Amino acid sequence: MLKIQGGLIMAGNREFLNRRLHSLLGVIPIGLFLVQHLVVNHFATGGAESFNKAADFMGNLPFRIVLETVIIYLPILFHAIYGLYIAFTAKNNAGKYGYFRNWMFLLQRVSGVITLIFITWHVWQTRVAAAFGAHVNYDMMADILSSPFMFVFYLIGVISTIFHFANGLWSFLVSWGITVSPRSQVITTYFTIGVFVVLSIVALRTLLAFV
Amino acid sequence: MSENKTVKFIVTRQDSPDSAPFEEEFELAYRPNMNVISALMEIRRNPVNTKGQATTPITWDSNCLEEVCGACSMVINGKPRQSCSALVDQLEQPIRLEPMRTFPVVRDLQVDRSRMFDALKKVKAWIPIDGTYDLGPGPRMPEKKRQWAYELSKCMTCGVCLEACPNVNSNSNFIGPQPLSQVRLFNAHPTGEMNRSERLEAIMGDGGLANCGNSQNCVQSCPKGIPLTTSIAALNRDTTIQAFKNFFGSDQV
Repeated sequence: MLKIQGGLIMAGNREFLNRRLHSLLGVIPIGLFLVQHLVVNHFATGGAESFNKAADFMGNLPFRIVLETVIIYLPILFHAIYGLYIAFTAKNNAGKYGYFRNWMFLLQRVSGVITLIFITWHVWQTRVAAAFGAHVNYDMMADILSSPFMFVFYLIGVISTIFHFANGLWSFLVSWGITVSPRSQVITTYFTIGVFVVLSIVALRTLLAFV
Repeated sequence: MSENKTVKFIVTRQDSPDSAPFEEEFELAYRPNMNVISALMEIRRNPVNTKGQATTPITWDSNCLEEVCGACSMVINGKPRQSCSALVDQLEQPIRLEPMRTFPVVRDLQVDRSRMFDALKKVKAWIPIDGTYDLGPGPRMPEKKRQWAYELSKCMTCGVCLEACPNVNSNSNFIGPQPLSQVRLFNAHPTGEMNRSERLEAIMGDGGLANCGNSQNCVQSCPKGIPLTTSIAALNRDTTIQAFKNFFGSDQV
């Protein structure tokens, strides 16, 4: 009875656990955090004061460091490192097999790498800067986005992040065995396209509110 | 009428598993209803390339010649498929033939497909029926389910799905869609179901199910139209439940 067969315990099954964890973390908590982050930023459309009020509320949450570490930093770190390993073990062949899902497979990997570069820079420019005494507020973002280069960089980075989340949501549903039938997978394709469009509009409105 | 019509082939060849591949061109007289295998046989009768040089006959693998054994799979004009059912009339010329490089090349177009048979052993793709005494008849299979399972049983281990999969390559140990779908087939069988968890645990190991990246090339490429991605998604669900059972324990066997 003590013998624990297979599953999550056996050493040889790390890959199964890692893959499933990678898929789960992308949605919970990282995906949820992304949606929350985009929604809170949307206060910028109501002007500098409205954004600063929201940013200060988020920034002054109790146990902020714990929340950030557990909900954001650790999951993203795992997702990013294991994701890079996944991305670079694939031998992409969308040129030869130009099917829709194969293109999504390629774009998921490309957007993942772009997102990682963007997030690294974004954290450096805002959170690390904050740790050195800068104040995260409307002026900070308006200052960053006043450079056309940075505006385009943020635009690409944010759209890439949203795509990676929306398409990742689709494959999360497949990977955990929630959508099995082809029809359910087609329906969630349309659903995740909707998620991509809606979040992109939210993000675009926010970015434009800073310029 | 077709006397002057010719068919042109560009074949990627290689003399031994370790030697460098090279291309050789062949041109032969057109005959109605030719397929790639009949053309290769014609070249074998007179192995002379377009430069007029005598060369070795091309090596390839084939057996049934009716697209049920899977042995003659090769990459034809960029896509992996069976050469017996590749009709010359339906192919763009020059016809390019290459081996399926996902597998070790033995010679020319012949590859070693052992990894798939090893994978079938690994995932226990059979139904144990032997006992020390007569176990009697097994449980009956509903006819509707039998018809459904028949579609999964059409797999001929041809290797096309592995060739098309971006995650089956030399950097990864992914076993590919073919053995996974067989797990679903044998787990669906009323007697095979008795060893369900053993097969699920086998595909939860390294190089197993979790390596699928959902490019879905396999289901697009399968010559038998096997719903490979549905099998994979169904197994994702089964292994999710199995993983919870293994971790938390279960009152069910």
